Amino acid sequence: MNYAGLLRSALVALLRNKMRSILTVLGITIGIAAVICVVAIGKAGQARVEQQLNNLGDNFVWIEAGGRAVNGVRTGTHGTKTLVLADGVAIKNQIPLIKSVSPNVDGSIQIIYANQNWFTGYRGVSPEYFDIKRWFIDQGAAFSQDDVERSADVCVIGRTVRDTLFGVEDPIGKVMRVKDLPCKVVGTLLPKGLSVSGQDQDDTILMPYTTVMKKIKGAPWLDDILCSAVTQDAVKIAGQEAAALLRDRHHLRPEEEDDFNIRNPEDIIQAQLEASKTLTVLLIAIASISLIVGGIGIMNVMLVSVTERTREIGIRVAVGATEEAIQLQFLGESVMLSLVGGAAGVLFGVLGSYLVGQTLQWPMQMSVEAVIVAALFSVAVGVFFGYYPARKASLLDPIEALRYE
Amino acid sequence: MQTANQTELNGTVLPGNAVIRAEDLHKYYQLGETRVHALRGVSLEIQRSEFVAIMGASGSGKSTFMNMLGCLDRPSSGRYLLEGIDVSKHDKRALAQIRNQKIGFVFQGFNLLARTTALENTELPTLYAKIEKAERQKRAVEALSLVGLADRMQHFPSQMSGGQQQRVAVARALVNRPAILLADEPTGNLDSRTSVEVMEVFQDLNDKGLTIVLVTHEHDIAQFAKRVLVFRDGKIRKDDLVPHRPRASEILKTLPTIDD
Repeated sequence: MNYAGLLRSALVALLRNKMRSILTVLGITIGIAAVICVVAIGKAGQARVEQQLNNLGDNFVWIEAGGRAVNGVRTGTHGTKTLVLADGVAIKNQIPLIKSVSPNVDGSIQIIYANQNWFTGYRGVSPEYFDIKRWFIDQGAAFSQDDVERSADVCVIGRTVRDTLFGVEDPIGKVMRVKDLPCKVVGTLLPKGLSVSGQDQDDTILMPYTTVMKKIKGAPWLDDILCSAVTQDAVKIAGQEAAALLRDRHHLRPEEEDDFNIRNPEDIIQAQLEASKTLTVLLIAIASISLIVGGIGIMNVMLVSVTERTREIGIRVAVGATEEAIQLQFLGESVMLSLVGGAAGVLFGVLGSYLVGQTLQWPMQMSVEAVIVAALFSVAVGVFFGYYPARKASLLDPIEALRYE
Repeated sequence: MQTANQTELNGTVLPGNAVIRAEDLHKYYQLGETRVHALRGVSLEIQRSEFVAIMGASGSGKSTFMNMLGCLDRPSSGRYLLEGIDVSKHDKRALAQIRNQKIGFVFQGFNLLARTTALENTELPTLYAKIEKAERQKRAVEALSLVGLADRMQHFPSQMSGGQQQRVAVARALVNRPAILLADEPTGNLDSRTSVEVMEVFQDLNDKGLTIVLVTHEHDIAQFAKRVLVFRDGKIRKDDLVPHRPRASEILKTLPTIDD
């Protein structure tokens, strides 16, 4: 049997009915393009959520000073003054699942430089904060443990603050005023963008917590303790252990409520990630339906083609074509149709997802797997939906077929 | 040349052996409740280089017999030996190979593939044989030259007259160098002059040693063969040699040309 010759016959047959072939191919093209677009969009969505997760911090455990009811009067969050530096030290020393700890005292304040001023949030933190939040220095350097011990008047500023206060000027080494305190800018932060709740995270200045506690806030208690657990899986248990430790340290009786909150912002984002994954799978399933419809289109056209070419099949069988040869010829046609459809689909899919990416300003990444899967899938569609018509053709009785008008 | 190649290809055949030997062939068809007896015991021998015409009314069993000779159908009982090999028990795949290698078909309606050149149409049977690409084309060119269409190789069926199309069909039948040429009403769709032209090709090929079996219902056409069989009710009723066989090439001279 001559395979090249058979495939050539198949190709010639398809080119004979150009319009019909194109329309048939269109079904597969749309199906494949839809699947590729959906996968690309889904992946981009997931990448965004994952980026947020990453933004949040390194296995982030967040302990917040809590509300407490004192004689029936409830204080609301941050109402207690029981969360102190020693708590942070104890957590760091006594809970092996937690690898780094930074105290956090924050508030909002007016900052002034030259003829510019700005109202921003400040945070008093330790140098570990940069690692815990995965927040990296752009220019200059972070302040050091030494700065913390000396309560040095230094700060690291976010991108928004830099842009508003300094404009194009290089802020490193400049002294600005944080309310009344002259404070040297030692570094700037890389932008982090908006938080999950939509706040501008770059509108902030970071200072040693000692400086904030002594010179700005003048209070010995902390607003938060921010920690990094050793692994992602350890986050939950580390939080529970920290809670137990704090209850013990704060001498809370079993019936009393916590005077702090363990926050799990990761949970929310994880849930978003799950939802986005589910949605992607759902959309792929819907897009796959169009592929099946395209496949049925191929089957339909192939059946018509077999009927139309009954005589041709009769001739081929009469001159010595075996059942397999006839089957291969018609399978060749349907696979060619679906392959061409698949190739065009990949092209339109890539183009489409690029356009969607441009419109939504999402980082689109083309996955090679999606393209390979699409190619394989289109071949599978061709074989699956071409098999029945090809089988039908191969089983034609040549005597009847030759007589067919 | 054709004959020389043929004996090379089918070297096992002893000279004088029958190319076709049918022994008491029967064929029944089950049509619902009724059983149709299409062939009722046909026995026959056809020698190498014979030119046999089969005649008979429709329903006489001649088409059934033809299909059997062409290995498109199998007898219900009896034996059919093609070049000494009993093919009546062969499976479908083996029959396909025999059709491909040993039998050349010419049909009434030409049955060429549309929008396919004469050369490609002629090449069709080689597609199903184990032949190299270059050899395939060489054979197709050869076969087309043999039927006098060397200058029409790149023409499509739609660009050719009925006679030319039928000659392409003959070339296609010859391309795998078969043992027999089976023609089923080859002149059925042709005018009288073109019919004689095709018969000229057949006589010419037969002179070169090709065995030809021809089904026709036209008495005039049957006269061009060497031997005429008449079928009736599934049996051979008459088996005669043609006494004064006309030469198609002679008759053509007496017929008006198309231009007249």
